Amino acid sequence: MRTIFYLIRKEFLQIFRDKFLGKAIFAIPIIQMLILVPAVTFEIKDVRLCIVDKDMSTESRELVGKLVGSSFFKVRNATFTENEANDLLHLDKCDLILQIPAGFGRDIGKGTPTKLMASANAINAMNAQLSWAYLNGVIMDYNMNILANGIGNRSFTAIPQIEVTNRYWYNEMLNYNFYMQPGILGILVLAIGFILAGLNLVKEKEIGTIEQMNVTPVKKYQFILSKIIPFLIIGLIDLALGITIGKLVFHVPFAGSMWLVFMCSSIFLIAVLSLALLISTFSGTQQQFMFTAFFFMIIFILMSGIFTPLESMPGWAQKIDLLNPVVYIMRINRMVMLKGSTLYDIRSEFMALVIFAIASTTLAVNRYRKTA
Amino acid sequence: MTAKNIISVRDLNKSYGPVKALEAISFDVREGEIFGFIGPDGAGKTTLFRIITTLLLPDHGTVTALGLDCVKDFRELRNNIGYMPGRFSLYMDLTVEENLNFYATVFGTTVKENYDLIADIYSHIEPFKNRPAGKLSGGMKQKLALSCALIHKPALLVLDEPTTGVDAVSRAEFWEMLKKLKKYNITILVSTPYMDEAMQCDRVALIQGGRIMSVDQPERLSEGFTRKLFSVVASEKYKLITALREYPLTHSAYPFGESLHVTFRDDRYDDSLLDFLESKGVSGVTIEETLPGIEDRFLELMQKS
Repeated sequence: MRTIFYLIRKEFLQIFRDKFLGKAIFAIPIIQMLILVPAVTFEIKDVRLCIVDKDMSTESRELVGKLVGSSFFKVRNATFTENEANDLLHLDKCDLILQIPAGFGRDIGKGTPTKLMASANAINAMNAQLSWAYLNGVIMDYNMNILANGIGNRSFTAIPQIEVTNRYWYNEMLNYNFYMQPGILGILVLAIGFILAGLNLVKEKEIGTIEQMNVTPVKKYQFILSKIIPFLIIGLIDLALGITIGKLVFHVPFAGSMWLVFMCSSIFLIAVLSLALLISTFSGTQQQFMFTAFFFMIIFILMSGIFTPLESMPGWAQKIDLLNPVVYIMRINRMVMLKGSTLYDIRSEFMALVIFAIASTTLAVNRYRKTA
Repeated sequence: MTAKNIISVRDLNKSYGPVKALEAISFDVREGEIFGFIGPDGAGKTTLFRIITTLLLPDHGTVTALGLDCVKDFRELRNNIGYMPGRFSLYMDLTVEENLNFYATVFGTTVKENYDLIADIYSHIEPFKNRPAGKLSGGMKQKLALSCALIHKPALLVLDEPTTGVDAVSRAEFWEMLKKLKKYNITILVSTPYMDEAMQCDRVALIQGGRIMSVDQPERLSEGFTRKLFSVVASEKYKLITALREYPLTHSAYPFGESLHVTFRDDRYDDSLLDFLESKGVSGVTIEETLPGIEDRFLELMQKS
């Protein structure tokens, strides 16, 4: 085992000799956390609303007043023609148009049903959907008031209605930082593991040092371990940095066991490190490796459930995602950190990572042949 | 003096797809000798060395080194071979000393233990021991690579074109070092594209197109050249060589440094040659007989094959 120790010492020597890399491996996760956690959010504030009020009645002003009062909307423009409003949408001067037809107030007063029209800029589908949902909420509220008023005029009995009070478990305030931070931790560890270790091995190939290595009695499992362990250690240090920043800067709660998070991340790291080494055995140059690794990274991250719920993906994509290790670490991090899940609660995700790690390590060791 | 064979290759073949890199290679290397492979780029030298050092599998044939099979016993063999690839392949970002220590520990030994073996070589670069290997000059890199290949006291040293890209002084020094290693009874297999280095070896194999053309002591190799060789000089070399090749009695004519080396069909020439050259516009020609070297023999063998 002394050999492995010397091999690992050599890796660390090389990493910290590199003036850029030696600092970057600790600076990058810090910067990543500080930027990504607060930046990636689905909360929508200040949707630019354009109102076409063709009615100009008390009722229409009341509705507009409600919208202006909500923190979601900012009434940027008010016009009287539909065309003018559409032009504003084209010019990206507003995100949402609400048209109030003439006779709106009169109809409400008469008690006849009336209509409103909303058009949203759906270049960003998610934004359009969310702002529409907010708008709908405000209008519904307004609608209830009219109903209540209408009936209230005739009788003093309260109208029976179902009132829903909701509570957001595990993240009461729906703080997006709390939601993102455990996920970003997964991505941070992935980046360290995936890119650095793979590049390191391909570099040895490119420079030819692997040739010199191959004529030594170093066994292939020793060599692979010497590539995995240093980056495993660095990955865990970065994870600790990330958790500390989450705690200190974003006050993300940590409900579960710290050890569980570190243990799961270790297994996750072994899995992705081996996968990266496996890819690097297929690549002859750093360029080839980067291209392939980038392809995997993008798929892993975008399909990991960090931004979009996995359940909304089509069935076939969910099946492919069974092979995505990032899915499991993302779930584990969120469950353990926010909910305080125990190993028993996350057993299926945990087992998936273990299987993934064993499979990719075995494949990597076997693929990396010392003879030819 | 019947020394045992350190390397024994029989009927070795290796192809890369349709390209035959090595064909029917057989030779023996005796204990303690410096055995040289001389041939142009692409002759198959590196492929052969990579098979002997267990980095490549042969398609056909048997290769044994130090009494071990290069395919089956590769693990044991790796403990006893020192290999210096043609391309400098130490860690450029590690210092001279770190590289040496690293290779020593990888082989389960220490620099101290075998220091006497490399002292002669390493002493040249020891003043720069804290310099990254990538910042060394070509000659120093080569000395470091040799030190690293020797640090585990291998019984067999395989050097793939160790002197390519190294200045003349360092080349001469390098061969001196190799000769000194003989007293430790280390067998050395070395390849080079330079004919003049053949004389430094105990025995030499001429290799071309994946085939060994001849194996002998370097002095004896040139003896295989049986024709009379003439050195021809004129001011206009290009005109001279075209004219000589047109001359019906010329057997071969090729440039050799400042002059041309020429052989004739019946090993002699007469005035008709000078007249012929004159008619082609080549004047001021001097011809004298000269002794053939290994290069002449090599070119002759190349022409035949």
